[in-house]
Amino acid sequence: MLRILLLCGLWLAAQPALSAEAATAHDERYQYLVNELRCLVCQNQSIAESNAPLAQDLRAQVRRQLDEGRSDAEIRDYLTARYGDFVLYRPPFKAATWLLWLGPFALLAVALAVALRLLRSRPKAAPPAMPDPEQLRRILDKDT
Amino acid sequence: MRWRYLLPIAVLAGLTVLFAFGLQQDPRLVPSPLIGKPMPAFDQARLGAEGRATQADLVGRPLLVNFWASWCAGCQVEHPFLMQLASQGVEIVGIDYKDTDEAGLAWLGRHGNPFRSLVADREGVAGLDWGVYGVPETFVIDARGVIVYKHVGPLDERVWREQIRPRLQEQS
Amino acid sequence: MIPELGHFALLAALAVALAQVLLPAWGVWKRQPQFMAAAGAAAQTQFALVLLSYACLTWAFIDRDWSVAYVVANAHSELPLPYRISAVWGAHEGSMLLWVLMLSGWTFAVSLFNRRLPADLSATVLAVLGALSVGFLWFMLGTSNPFDREVPVPADGRDLNPLLQDPGLVIHPPMLYMGYVGFSVAFAFAIAALISGRMDTAWARWTRPWTTTAWAFLTLGITLGSWWAYHELGWGGWWFWDPVENASFMPWLVGTALIHSLAVTEKRGLLSAWTVLLAILAFALSLLGTFLVRSGVLVSVHAFATDPARGVFILAFLCVVLGIAFTLYAWRAPRFAGQGELALFSREGLLLLNNVFLVVAAAGVLLGTLYPLLIDALKLGKVSVGPPYFNAIFIPLTAPLAVLVGLGAAANWKRATLAEVWRRVRWAALAAAVLGLALPVLLHERYLLAAAAGSVLALWVLATALQEPWRRIRSRRRFVEGLGQVPRGVWGMSLAHLGLGFWVLGVSFVSLYSVERDVRLSPGQSAELHGYEFRFLGIENYAGPNYDADRGRVTISRDGQLLAEVLPEKRLYRAQQSVMTEAVVDHTPLRDLYVALGEPLDPEKNGQGDWALRLYVKPMMRLVWWGGFVMVVGGLLAATDRRYRLARAAEARSPAATSEAMA
Repeated sequence: MLRILLLCGLWLAAQPALSAEAATAHDERYQYLVNELRCLVCQNQSIAESNAPLAQDLRAQVRRQLDEGRSDAEIRDYLTARYGDFVLYRPPFKAATWLLWLGPFALLAVALAVALRLLRSRPKAAPPAMPDPEQLRRILDKDT
Repeated sequence: MRWRYLLPIAVLAGLTVLFAFGLQQDPRLVPSPLIGKPMPAFDQARLGAEGRATQADLVGRPLLVNFWASWCAGCQVEHPFLMQLASQGVEIVGIDYKDTDEAGLAWLGRHGNPFRSLVADREGVAGLDWGVYGVPETFVIDARGVIVYKHVGPLDERVWREQIRPRLQEQS
Repeated sequence: MIPELGHFALLAALAVALAQVLLPAWGVWKRQPQFMAAAGAAAQTQFALVLLSYACLTWAFIDRDWSVAYVVANAHSELPLPYRISAVWGAHEGSMLLWVLMLSGWTFAVSLFNRRLPADLSATVLAVLGALSVGFLWFMLGTSNPFDREVPVPADGRDLNPLLQDPGLVIHPPMLYMGYVGFSVAFAFAIAALISGRMDTAWARWTRPWTTTAWAFLTLGITLGSWWAYHELGWGGWWFWDPVENASFMPWLVGTALIHSLAVTEKRGLLSAWTVLLAILAFALSLLGTFLVRSGVLVSVHAFATDPARGVFILAFLCVVLGIAFTLYAWRAPRFAGQGELALFSREGLLLLNNVFLVVAAAGVLLGTLYPLLIDALKLGKVSVGPPYFNAIFIPLTAPLAVLVGLGAAANWKRATLAEVWRRVRWAALAAAVLGLALPVLLHERYLLAAAAGSVLALWVLATALQEPWRRIRSRRRFVEGLGQVPRGVWGMSLAHLGLGFWVLGVSFVSLYSVERDVRLSPGQSAELHGYEFRFLGIENYAGPNYDADRGRVTISRDGQLLAEVLPEKRLYRAQQSVMTEAVVDHTPLRDLYVALGEPLDPEKNGQGDWALRLYVKPMMRLVWWGGFVMVVGGLLAATDRRYRLARAAEARSPAATSEAMA
């Protein structure tokens, strides 16, 4: 689809969120966290991707809390206490989201069950309406 | 067995209801998890006055807390309405979000000051604790200091009439 | 004058499209051949009118006609000509016109190639396509007329969104629309099958080339979109699981399932009702995508400017079209219920499993995309569903497909034996296991089990993709003779599966082994990343046609040996005052070196001080695009297989000749 960025601040937001923050020991955890947190003012970007002022603040906050030795869960709790689950790109598993997390796999189980039953109990009775193309092909390809 | 063939229509009907609902919503609005909870603690310098301001100063009567900034366009839009509310005697506390004191005071000098008291949140620390994501934002606080409502975006007559005034009246 | 002509042509096209529905419908109802025949003429006239309208809008852009509101909003006097032409589809109204042009273009093609089809079937297909045209033309004229005038006439335009001023974006939307809209042909064939009750191998053979062609265009469109995002958005990502991306991916998944189930229906006459349902669903998801993108019900990076009136119209249209289609399906499909044996261990059995996984994967993507809306509607709060969720469900749901693809190609139709399949794939399996487990060791110092699993699967897909052509070649005495005997359909399948293999390999490595670094560099300084040295030489300024740019100069070397000199840019587009990053990539098949220019960090030094840069090393990134392009070539090859052309001729003579032509 055409990709058009709208609304205020998005021009900026479309830019890579560059910051020359010094690399620290928590780099990997930092990258992981900022990529899974949603920037609230942007259309649909993580705080790692956005350069909106709020995303910058939140990145700095994550960095600070990592330096203070907080765990990933504590940092997530800190942000959800303020902004709600909306800030998490990985929705937590709870009453409102069990359908989201289990739905696809439940559907797969149902679909596989239906398909396997179809494959096993296929009636052989009805003769095909058309001449069986595979047989014809075999006959025609006999020389191969 | 024929019910299987009706499944697509059922799914379509469900999705249609969902989308008809979705068309009436603003997907960008994020509800605050702070509603129904005591307002977050803060300890900030006052804007244009000596001393510190804390959440304790705001407890005891219903009021509005408005996050604004001199650089914010939406704040200019809602400003005349805030002035009108202030003249009707509504107590509004202004928190100047990520702004310099000079710019904030100059802006108030130009447009008028609807705020009973003013707090400077230069680094946006209070804003973060209050879950502010786009100024202007207005919080309705009851007499016990609990956040009862939050509005994101410029305040206007309609929001005031339909959402905020009833909640303030409940309190007093 | 020209804009009025364009507007008038659209109105006339609407009238002709109405005729394209009503005349053949009457003809089919009353068995009047001359009324049925009118469908073709109407389709061709409609195409000519929409083309005229499209040409008028393009002319307004070329001519910089600032009296047209849409041109004002999406062009500027300094905008270069190629971008003025592509600006036609730069926003909602014009892209809708492009959509309608594609729809009438596909209809035109159907009217040309369907001449040998049974008259009633051809008439029904064209009438259904005409009904879709009526809906979209009505939508355009009612809510989004691109020819509306701007009063007073401004001195200059507001310019095209700078993000869209990129070669990738010039070709991405037309290809994507070709795919989206192309599924309308399969949809029309499905409706015709339901109405006529004719649903057999001949039907599948008529539908297959259209579907495969549409699928190939959609694949190309998605690949180009991904490639564009990678280059233009500047943070090295190539797939974000954004609602709008998902909107194009869901029809792709279902379309892929459809291609495979069509093969079963054509070869074995089985799964007819299911195939018809997939044909409806593929187009249904295209319509759903249109709705999601243009209505604003979901938050997306790529959404169009939204307008509730448009959303209501598309939703109503979607309901009417799909409501009718699914009602017809519920009423007529039960009579297609299959005949003949369907064994699990046979090619068709494995293809059925392929369908299960693809459709469930599409359903999972749909669930994730709409879940925030659902939760909101049930007043359970607001959640975000992002890449972590989609990766977590999508990978387990689709990994079995990679296993199946190799088995399916090695299994015979009707009934296969385990021993025979094993004999055919054992070398491929062995090679995939050994090489796949070794690959992460050979290419990277860090051994990741996920990467090993990904490369085993990818190599398995690659090795088995060549199975069927190889068997056919070996069945002849001489190699060259055998080569000539392999039909294009088989080459197409083989290539598409090779593309999948490349894609899996690329995705596994790039998502697991990419490294990135944000650095602050002053001119002359360098930074190291993954053994590569990036030296920042400084910034120069230059003026583009409608922008001013800071162009950085960065040399990349490894072990003291210069590999490349790249020129990443930061552009300020003058009319919209917006800044764009032009990232640069130095690439080999095994790795991309990606450099994006950030901000000047010493503003007082006027760009001559320190700059922020973002560096990435992304292994095997190219394979992701190559995989996509190879799939496209495979699809196009398969769509032009000789038997479709023969089949059409044979079908015209007698239905009994059908099977002969298939051989």
